[in-house]
Amino acid sequence: MTSDGPPSRVADMEPESQTESGHERIRPQTPEAARVLTEPRVEDASSTVDAKPGLSVRLEQLRAFYGEAEQVKGVDLDFRANQVTAIIGPSGCGKSTMVRCINRMHEEIPGARAEGRVLLDDLDLYDSSVDVVAVRRAIGMVFQKPNPFPTMSVFDNVAAGPRLSAGGRSRSHSDLHAKVEAALRSAGLWEEVKDRLGEPGAGLSGGQQQRLCIARSLAVDPEVILMDEPCSALDPIATLKIEELIDQLKAQVTIVIVTHNMQQAARVADRTAFMLSGKLVEVGPTEEIFTNPTDSRTEEYVTGKFG
Amino acid sequence: MSTRETPAALLARFDVSPARRRKDRIARGGILAATVLALIPLLLIIYYLLLKGVGSWSVNFFTTDPTGNTFFKSSSIGGIKSAILGTIEIVALASAIAIPIGIGVAVWLVEYGKNSWFAQLVRFFVDVLTGVPSIVFGLFVYIVLVVGTGSSYAGYKGSFALALLMLPVVIRSAEVVLLLVPGALRESALALGAPRFRVIFSIVLPTALPGMITGVLLAIARAAGETAPLLFTAAATLKTNFNLGQFMNSLPVQIYSDVTSPTTAVVNRAWGAALTLVVMILLLNLIARLVSRRSRLA
Repeated sequence: MTSDGPPSRVADMEPESQTESGHERIRPQTPEAARVLTEPRVEDASSTVDAKPGLSVRLEQLRAFYGEAEQVKGVDLDFRANQVTAIIGPSGCGKSTMVRCINRMHEEIPGARAEGRVLLDDLDLYDSSVDVVAVRRAIGMVFQKPNPFPTMSVFDNVAAGPRLSAGGRSRSHSDLHAKVEAALRSAGLWEEVKDRLGEPGAGLSGGQQQRLCIARSLAVDPEVILMDEPCSALDPIATLKIEELIDQLKAQVTIVIVTHNMQQAARVADRTAFMLSGKLVEVGPTEEIFTNPTDSRTEEYVTGKFG
Repeated sequence: MSTRETPAALLARFDVSPARRRKDRIARGGILAATVLALIPLLLIIYYLLLKGVGSWSVNFFTTDPTGNTFFKSSSIGGIKSAILGTIEIVALASAIAIPIGIGVAVWLVEYGKNSWFAQLVRFFVDVLTGVPSIVFGLFVYIVLVVGTGSSYAGYKGSFALALLMLPVVIRSAEVVLLLVPGALRESALALGAPRFRVIFSIVLPTALPGMITGVLLAIARAAGETAPLLFTAAATLKTNFNLGQFMNSLPVQIYSDVTSPTTAVVNRAWGAALTLVVMILLLNLIARLVSRRSRLA
């Protein structure tokens, strides 16, 4: 992190953002979801560092299809607020598909659909009255390959989220600048790029690009961040930086990370879920999953017998 | 198996056989000959255009309208000002019609229609449209807008005919470039909570822009050189005219009417006009190349 202070938290880095809400179109169903998703955030910026926590996500009998093929076969799973939950499992077991159902990106694929319930706090994200755009603003996503927008500078990449939102144009420049700086600081990238904000985002190194993408998703103040194998295209040092970042970010957001790398899951995750052919085999505290799993298949997988 | 190959035997095994060497030489010679053969008419065209066209170029040639005089050697035949400006006006209006619609269709095909039956149908008709001879577009506009309305030829009618001609070229070239925009960019923009129209306007179109400009400029270049759609829609005239509702001269039609003249000076004017047209189109192509070199998608 930077030398000038503790890891930034949303509350102390961006007071203005507290009155901005991109989620007004999600229908309030529960007090907590209503507070975070629909009302302007009015907490006193100086009161508590962790004024804005993440939200929990619960999957209930989630099933996901590509055409007729069922890829996720009825998963019940809890992602606890402000914890890192890792999802491990062999290739093709449905972990990416499942994660993409959480922010409703799965349905972007032609012929793909999902059944069951995904609850953000207690709000069903698949309810017909829920605006999919608001869902994705509340639940950010970081992809496997760093994918900064190629036509945009470092600054514009991070500003893209606030700008692309429906009412985003009205934001003042200084406001936006503060938001971008805060997001870049949170992503641990500010010191490295503060002198080249105008340069193309695609000109950064792979690890920096991935942190830029994390900053980009942080700039819309999400409650949850989904990471789909965020380090698989990165070298070990860049991977380490991302992992340290994940550890800091969980104070602000709930994190779900899909990973092929079991050591990574062991390093970053509070809880780990093991999936096999579309089903959840086991979930529990990471240490327990790796040292004392209840299911024999989990044990075989984490000890490298298959997968 | 037990004995090692001698170095000589090893060399022989890796040596290219004379027969293969011969075949290779013949094949290479063949494709080189085909390339040269294809270049010959191209170079001849440019050679003749320069030879015959440059002679009639002068300041007057570009700054005066044709006088209509083709018989009396004593008076001037005039230049091609009305034809140059007419071509620019007609093509500008045609572009203003065809480019937004064409890009709109391409965006719809790539972002919404995808592989639906209706999108496939649209693609099929666009392909058919690409193959339609340009005179058919002229005829269509003639029947609908000239005969059908009982009115006369007009510049804008020529623009409509050219717009129809440009449309499939713009659609197809824009579609190809839009398909090159990585799906990951759309996904990450959508995952930021951007509405779809914002993703298209702020991410997809800017990323595809250089490539689309190339396609659009090529479509313009193609339309600028067409005679047939203009013959019975915009017609030929002498005076420079800035009213697209009236007869309007154009370079291809000027060339068409000049080459059949018995007067040498008028025929030479056709050569000069042809050279002008080729230079204009060459410039467009150069711009297209420069722009596409800056593309981030290649």
